[in-house]
Amino acid sequence: MTRMTSMKDVPREDMLTHGHGACPGCGYAATAKNIAKMLGPNTVVYVPASCLVVFGALYPYSSWKTPYMFTAFENTGAVTTGIKAALRRRHLDATVVGMAGDGGTFDIGLQALSGAAERNEDVIYVCLDNEAFMNTGIQRSSATPFGAWTTTTPVGLEVKGNRRFKKDIARIVADHDVPYVATLSVAHFTDFVRKVQKAKEVRGFRFLHCLTPCIPGWRIEPSKGVSINRLAVDTGMWTLYEVENGVPKVTYKPKAMTPVTEYLKLQGRFKHMSEADVRQLQAWLCAKWRAHYGEEAPSPPCVMPGHEEVLAHDGDPLYGI
Amino acid sequence: MAVKTITGDQAVAYGAMLARAEVVPGFPITPQTVIIEQISEFINDGLMDADFIPAESEHSVMSVAVGASAGGVRTFTATSSQGLALMYEMLFAAAPTRLPVVMAVANRSLGAASGIWTEHNDSVPVRESGWLQVYVEDNQEALDMIIQAFRIAEDRRVMLPIMVCLDGFILSHVVEGVDIPEQAVVDRFLPRFAPVNVLDPRDPIMMNPVTPPEFATELRYQQDRAVEAARTVIGEADEEFAALTGRRYGGLFEAYRLEDAEFALIGLGTWAGIAREVVDQLRAEGKKAGLIKLRYMRPFPGQELRQATLNLKALGTFDRSAAFNGYGPVFTEVRNALYGSGITVTDHLAGIGGRDITAEMVRDMYGLVERSARGEKVRDCTWHALRGEME
Ligand SMILES: Cc1ncc(C[n+]2csc(CCOP(=O)(O)OP(=O)(O)O)c2C)c(N)n1
Ligand code: SF4
Repeated sequence: MTRMTSMKDVPREDMLTHGHGACPGCGYAATAKNIAKMLGPNTVVYVPASCLVVFGALYPYSSWKTPYMFTAFENTGAVTTGIKAALRRRHLDATVVGMAGDGGTFDIGLQALSGAAERNEDVIYVCLDNEAFMNTGIQRSSATPFGAWTTTTPVGLEVKGNRRFKKDIARIVADHDVPYVATLSVAHFTDFVRKVQKAKEVRGFRFLHCLTPCIPGWRIEPSKGVSINRLAVDTGMWTLYEVENGVPKVTYKPKAMTPVTEYLKLQGRFKHMSEADVRQLQAWLCAKWRAHYGEEAPSPPCVMPGHEEVLAHDGDPLYGI
Repeated sequence: MAVKTITGDQAVAYGAMLARAEVVPGFPITPQTVIIEQISEFINDGLMDADFIPAESEHSVMSVAVGASAGGVRTFTATSSQGLALMYEMLFAAAPTRLPVVMAVANRSLGAASGIWTEHNDSVPVRESGWLQVYVEDNQEALDMIIQAFRIAEDRRVMLPIMVCLDGFILSHVVEGVDIPEQAVVDRFLPRFAPVNVLDPRDPIMMNPVTPPEFATELRYQQDRAVEAARTVIGEADEEFAALTGRRYGGLFEAYRLEDAEFALIGLGTWAGIAREVVDQLRAEGKKAGLIKLRYMRPFPGQELRQATLNLKALGTFDRSAAFNGYGPVFTEVRNALYGSGITVTDHLAGIGGRDITAEMVRDMYGLVERSARGEKVRDCTWHALRGEME
């Protein structure tokens, strides 16, 4: 098959087709759809409990053109292991992919993920990271960023939003010495295509960590997902890199670091953040930026201006419709 | 045929090898561990062509098993106690997805007051998981039932997973002479697995999608019919197995000296061995005692038991799992099946936490059942050989 190096090489045929029930503008659906398209028809898909389980297939309908299975929440690493073992024994050389949410990956699914990674199972594990348990109504996960509102990190009188910083799951997986780990963003499509292509070609355990905007969960306008993903990378909230056979490589570096307020202000989940909290987040980002890009972060974003007006998105995802 | 002196766990492993299981996920737990160790040895010695998958927990073991079976290959695993409890969620994925996984359960007590000894309170409580459950009495039956289990599970009329339960230590770690059937004989009895539904990109299907109320009832009903169908299939498999090996187990249950019996006991597992001996003693004393070795908890042979107990005046049930505030699971199932038949049914708990069951204890049980057969009022539920308060 033709090597995909850019958007124009991507096959036209969808494997996760129209007719699914995701919210309009869902970054999760767009990401799953694009990955499935690139993996093509010779693929078996496993999806644990998540938004994708509900919007992708509801008996007797299915938006999947590839074989699809669901069983539970915490076992993506294990069920995909079993499927691959069976296909191998039946001499079927197909791609086995598990597509799990952040909760099903960072939290409840971590054990099975680690088991599959440690065994170097020949499967692709995709984490569709919308930074909270969305299917059950926006509860905090260990992927939720500092400061964010969720229904279990509410904005109270004493405590405002999530107090912990996002867990670095890609690093944890990479530390299992697996052949391929990459972080993806739908706003950086050439990079996205290249990484999925690579994951498809490599043998052994592959982990794709995708940032996927969620309309109600992030309280954003449905049209803004891709711009928000771009801003996530420009502010350091998301870093595009890959670790191939243990060698880490940044695959896209923004020219300059954008102040995190640019990212926060488009999302209702951050609108309550105090200046002190924003400073704390920014400081964390600067440290992360240096760790990833290996140089001093430009200082201006690390000194926060007052932001009373800028964090003003009212959180209504239907705003403007 | 070759007789080998092996433990129950090894007998199970031989069963899995002869059945040509292809994927075996495993995780250690006493007293089951020897099964997966033995299978690993078979594989590494080149005697068995299978993939052993060392999963990181029992939840993952059952998840791997579900994936492998959905991928269309014969899948075997084993567990006990806490391990089975950790699998709980995934038991309910295997059965409705109609995946004929076979699992050996070396019965062991569960939870705090921790012990590793035999008790049926790990497997009996999961009898509503949709899995079929058979309980064996000796190592030969353990081996034979692994082979039969695949045959029953994979029958098109059934397509359900099965647990083959064997008493921990009493069988798992005790050696007995076991006839190892020839591979050719097993192959004749157990053809290659021909799955109905498979995850295969050449013919895409969806397995276990979210199912709304307008279809879920029918799905459960079909599952119920499959459990029902297993009653017939179990009998057929037993007969055909007997024709090939000379060993017949009675299908759903084995009745011992029951034809003219006035009172009898019914129970699961190795207890049947000592109970058979006690029946013989009582018969020698001129007492009309009988025994039912209950083999299957699912499908539960309700109608067949009603038929078999028609001439009894009293029936005692033996329960090897602690029951709180009432009656053990075997009692509940049996009395439910015999409701309205006029037979007195009493419950007898013993062997809890692996306590030895002696002939004397079983005589006590029969004594009570005999008294109730004579019309005397006896306690509904007795904990046998209890130290301290009961009367
Ligand atoms: C053992 C178990 N606990 C809880 C649930 C309920 N549950 C279903 S989906 C879900 C949230 C999934 O969150 P995530 O993995 O982040 O995916 P998303 O919903 O964001 O797509 C939860 C908590 C479950 N299905 N199983
Ligand atoms: S809740 Fe979020 S992740 Fe789920 S379907 Fe809607 S937009 Fe997508």
